[in-house]
Amino acid sequence: MNTVIIDYGTGNLRSIGNALKRMGAEYLVSSDPSDILSADRVILPGVGEASSAMKRLLDTGLDRVIPSLKQPVLGICIGMQLMCRSSEEGKTECLGIFRTEVRRLSPAHPSMKLKIPEMGWNNIRMETDGQDGKQEPCPLFKGIPDGSYVYYVHSFAPDICQDTVAVTEYGHPFSAALDRDNFFGTQFHPEKSGKTGQRILENFLGL
Amino acid sequence: MLARRIIPCLDIRDGVTVKGTNFLGLRSVGDPVEMAAEYAGEGADELVCLDISATLEGRKTFASLVERIAGTIDIPFTVGGGIASAEDAGRLLLAGADKVSVNSAAVRRPQLIDEIASRYGSQFVVVAIDARRIGDRWTVTTHSGSRTTDRELFSWAMEAEERGAGEILFTSMDNDGTGKGYPCGTFAALSEMLDIPVIASGGAGSVEDIAEVLTAGKADAALAASIFHYGKVSIPQLKAALASAGIPVRPAP
Repeated sequence: MNTVIIDYGTGNLRSIGNALKRMGAEYLVSSDPSDILSADRVILPGVGEASSAMKRLLDTGLDRVIPSLKQPVLGICIGMQLMCRSSEEGKTECLGIFRTEVRRLSPAHPSMKLKIPEMGWNNIRMETDGQDGKQEPCPLFKGIPDGSYVYYVHSFAPDICQDTVAVTEYGHPFSAALDRDNFFGTQFHPEKSGKTGQRILENFLGL
Repeated sequence: MLARRIIPCLDIRDGVTVKGTNFLGLRSVGDPVEMAAEYAGEGADELVCLDISATLEGRKTFASLVERIAGTIDIPFTVGGGIASAEDAGRLLLAGADKVSVNSAAVRRPQLIDEIASRYGSQFVVVAIDARRIGDRWTVTTHSGSRTTDRELFSWAMEAEERGAGEILFTSMDNDGTGKGYPCGTFAALSEMLDIPVIASGGAGSVEDIAEVLTAGKADAALAASIFHYGKVSIPQLKAALASAGIPVRPAP
């Protein structure tokens, strides 16, 4: 069982590594396309700013490697945002795997105050009756009760779309998690989300 | 709905957790790694560890403690104490910290906030402000409250936000460790003025105090130490009480 955490210079890989270690999972941190292509599963982490993170993917050629992957891929936070079509943060085109755009969080009404970034624990609602005939919960959420709390630190989030498998509301509803074929993404940080996050990562490692 | 956060704080000196009253008369209360794991397991929403070591040896012990705690807990982890440069912050990031808290060094050299925020992002920088009421003005203090500065709480908090702080952790030095409650009017004014979250610290003596600062005080999170360390209230008890008062919290497991 070989999981690769993609290192593309965006900082904190330590916490996802620590989470996998606590679960007893083996992993390799690498930016080498041959490691990534041969992995059983791939995690695209990310902390930082979207357009500069996207630039690093372009500079290293990973922008072509990632969409070609056939094994399960999990994008976390910025990692997930980079898998969408575009991001308002730094106005960048992204990888276009998930069929949605990433926008800045905003209050439900312009007269209302919304603290940005959203920082803290918010709950997720599963989308099981969405488009594409989704009747079953996404395999990432097996055993996770509707309404469970997960940890967020973000100023941008993907709009709801046909790939949305979980929704959180902050100002407006947004995609808490996305799934298209072998690609998964969470806007929240499963590696910091206590037992709920651990179960989500275990589900991913079990795919 | 975004939950209000409950954050236990470990003050660590030379490798052990300590807690005092008004930052003086420190008492040792336990092993930090065990306490961190226990709090995380009980449903703490984050953990803060502050290094208050006076010696170089103590500082080295702290760095290895940060690694051990980060490897153990599965909730966000903020580390502070003696951070004076972006390099100091970077070392703690590598050791596994999710955020750093800066205090005295930022008062001395406010650019420190810009430097850390531009390198690691605003979400990584918590600006901790210790202040006490002198006359009708909240005066910012440093060095565990022992030195007053010419800065004032509200203007300094606003400047910190503009420089890139992701959160403000405000401790009332008049209340810290006394268990007499928080100055809620001041917290509410601070929270309304800022666009970033405010963490309330210093003075929690009861569940009611914490409930009040999260409602009347409009704080986004409450940080406390003594109330948890001495078993006065457990995190599950606190969360159950807050939930029944209608305050959104993440239920304890």
